[in-house]
Amino acid sequence: MNLIRYQAPNSTPWLALDRWSNLRDELNSFFDMPLWSGFGRTEQLFTGWSPALDLYESGDHFVAVVELPGMRKDVIDISLHDGTLTISGERKRESNNNGETSQRTERYIGTFRRSIALPTRVDPSKVTATYQDGILKVTLPKAEEAKPKQIQVS
Amino acid sequence: MNTLTRETLKSDRGQAEPFITPPASVAEIADGYMLEIEMPGVKKEGLEISVENNELTIIGRRSLPATEGTLIHRESRPENFRRVFELDPSIDANKISAKIDQGLVTLTLPKADHVKPRKITVS
Repeated sequence: MNLIRYQAPNSTPWLALDRWSNLRDELNSFFDMPLWSGFGRTEQLFTGWSPALDLYESGDHFVAVVELPGMRKDVIDISLHDGTLTISGERKRESNNNGETSQRTERYIGTFRRSIALPTRVDPSKVTATYQDGILKVTLPKAEEAKPKQIQVS
Repeated sequence: MNTLTRETLKSDRGQAEPFITPPASVAEIADGYMLEIEMPGVKKEGLEISVENNELTIIGRRSLPATEGTLIHRESRPENFRRVFELDPSIDANKISAKIDQGLVTLTLPKADHVKPRKITVS
């Protein structure tokens, strides 16, 4: 049996158990999160996979932190369009199925996509990204007009 | 045969530290099993793997450098990772090896020599 995506058909009994532990996690996390991002997460149940994203804001830039364990740097695609940051890519099966049989597959294999609308304009030419320990960090400096300004009272 | 995939779902109640269950995949390879667990943000130093009472426990503690600024949108979970598996008797617990690369923990669990297929020569 060739297992390609999402879940092994033969792991059904474990899936059932697994759902419970995931459900417990989801329930625990649900109360930690603002309602809207809680809904955002339930969506991933229906649309393949989209990684968890945190967004930080400081005076002159945003930092998007995305959990992407076990990827190769060169398959991660970052784009910025109309103030929307999109991170996409594909996780391929690493092993070349030589006599290997999957017993349980919970890790998502395949394409992923995650978008977020940024609260203010950013300077697309100054966006930088690092990938370390399975965490992608995208730094997006705010556009000049969106930076906070001090106005002196004369 | 597939006890490795059996997860010990012991209750976490009464446990001081909360953990989250990271996704894991198990595959049977030529002479053993391969276990992959996703632990983004965990470094080699934060990984704690132990075998006790035929149970394999993998704990991953995150050591993320603090990101400056205010958190305005959060989807990640702050807790550390923990996963427990019951080892199949065919696995040689002394030969389990592990590595972590970009937040993906890969464990190789070789079968003990006495369960490997062997040819017996007729004398």
